[in-house]
Amino acid sequence: MDLQSANASKPYIERKRSERVQSAGSQLAIKDSVLVSGVRAGDEHAMAQLYDRYSPVVYSVALRVLADTGAAEDVLQEVFLQLWRNPAAFDSNRGSLGAWLAVITRNRAIDSLRKRKPETAADEVVISVDLDIENETDRRRVLEKVRGLVNALPPEQRKALEMAFFEGLTHTEIAERTKEPLGTIKTRIRTGLLSLRKALG
Amino acid sequence: MNDMSEPTKGAHQEFADDLALYALGALSANERRTLDQHLAGCAACRRELENFRGDAALLALSATSPHPPLRSRDNLLTAIAHQPRGRSLRTVALRRPWWALVPVFATLLLAIFGLLLWREDSGLRRRLEQSRNEAAQREEQISKLQNELARAQEVVALLSSPEAMHVTLSRGGKPEPHGKALYLPSSGRLLLMASNLAPLPPNKTYQLWLIPQQGAPMSAGMFKPSARGEVMMQHEMPAGTDAKAFGVTMENEGGASTPTPPLLLSGNAGS
Repeated sequence: MDLQSANASKPYIERKRSERVQSAGSQLAIKDSVLVSGVRAGDEHAMAQLYDRYSPVVYSVALRVLADTGAAEDVLQEVFLQLWRNPAAFDSNRGSLGAWLAVITRNRAIDSLRKRKPETAADEVVISVDLDIENETDRRRVLEKVRGLVNALPPEQRKALEMAFFEGLTHTEIAERTKEPLGTIKTRIRTGLLSLRKALG
Repeated sequence: MNDMSEPTKGAHQEFADDLALYALGALSANERRTLDQHLAGCAACRRELENFRGDAALLALSATSPHPPLRSRDNLLTAIAHQPRGRSLRTVALRRPWWALVPVFATLLLAIFGLLLWREDSGLRRRLEQSRNEAAQREEQISKLQNELARAQEVVALLSSPEAMHVTLSRGGKPEPHGKALYLPSSGRLLLMASNLAPLPPNKTYQLWLIPQQGAPMSAGMFKPSARGEVMMQHEMPAGTDAKAFGVTMENEGGASTPTPPLLLSGNAGS
């Protein structure tokens, strides 16, 4: 039996893995794009691998927004089911799957918090950020770095960002709660985001 | 504030703050609509929005918590095993900027066009399939008729072949003349088969008579047997002529209008 016919009987993702190992001769993590292709091909094993890779991120974001483990589990389930049903919503040519899932999760969690219909379609969320978090070690390293950067932001910037992102408040609502001028809030938010970009870049 | 304007160089400065707020979902509905209108025609601002969303993703990734419970994994894998794959209609129905709907409309138009083509194609396929079935049925009928015809031809060939051996089986002694008439009243078709007939004297002929239920006997054809005293004759009566009996007489050449006794062979219909 030749290699091609031997591989043909394996699940999609197994074939990709064996091709990878044979060509690279290494034990590199399977790329997200390969796993997403597996999901598109209906490979449940690929879906399980993506879950293992990103469920901590998705769950953390959902729990941070909702502060309720049951509700966070629901969003976790919803986000991965959505990926399973419509993997084409994620454009693997742009940005990282982990970052995309994190933003999708935030949107879904805020919708759940507000008990409203989803405001933004998943395939409309196009994210431009280059993060190498497919490998377990890299993921841990990058996430730690990101947490360090956010913690290092000036407290007022960090607070404005978190009120907007994790609490789903508009800039007007943030201004009212913090009793700061609207312009100041806008500037803090924009400056905070640019600082993160610059620090990571 | 110099570092703030740098990434949006070339884009529209007045939207710079709003893009960051948009990426964080911190704009009011009205502000979002206004920005959507601008984004529809401004590729630079769309790119910058993607960048801000990337920055927002970093914020999302900063969230920490324990791992999700193991049951979540089991629940998901059970759910996807029962979930049909494919695009969820719900995502299409979501609120989104109008320019994001352009591909949706295009897809919808394509889908409608595709559906129309598919329906026409289905109709044609159905008609083709129907024609095929009819053709197959006709072929089957033709094949059946050909088989029946072939069998009939074989029987006729056997019966009419001068080379065929004709053996009459009896208890012994001199074989008696006998005959068999097949008659179909509805079509008037008649077939007579007879054997052991005595040779005819010159200027004489055998004549078959149909005796109807009511009325005088009707001529059903004249025949001359072979040298072996055998005959097979086809005749056609007016369709619908009923028959009570059949009889054979010997007549002068050219036949007679009424049977001349004696009846050499006779038989009642239905007997």
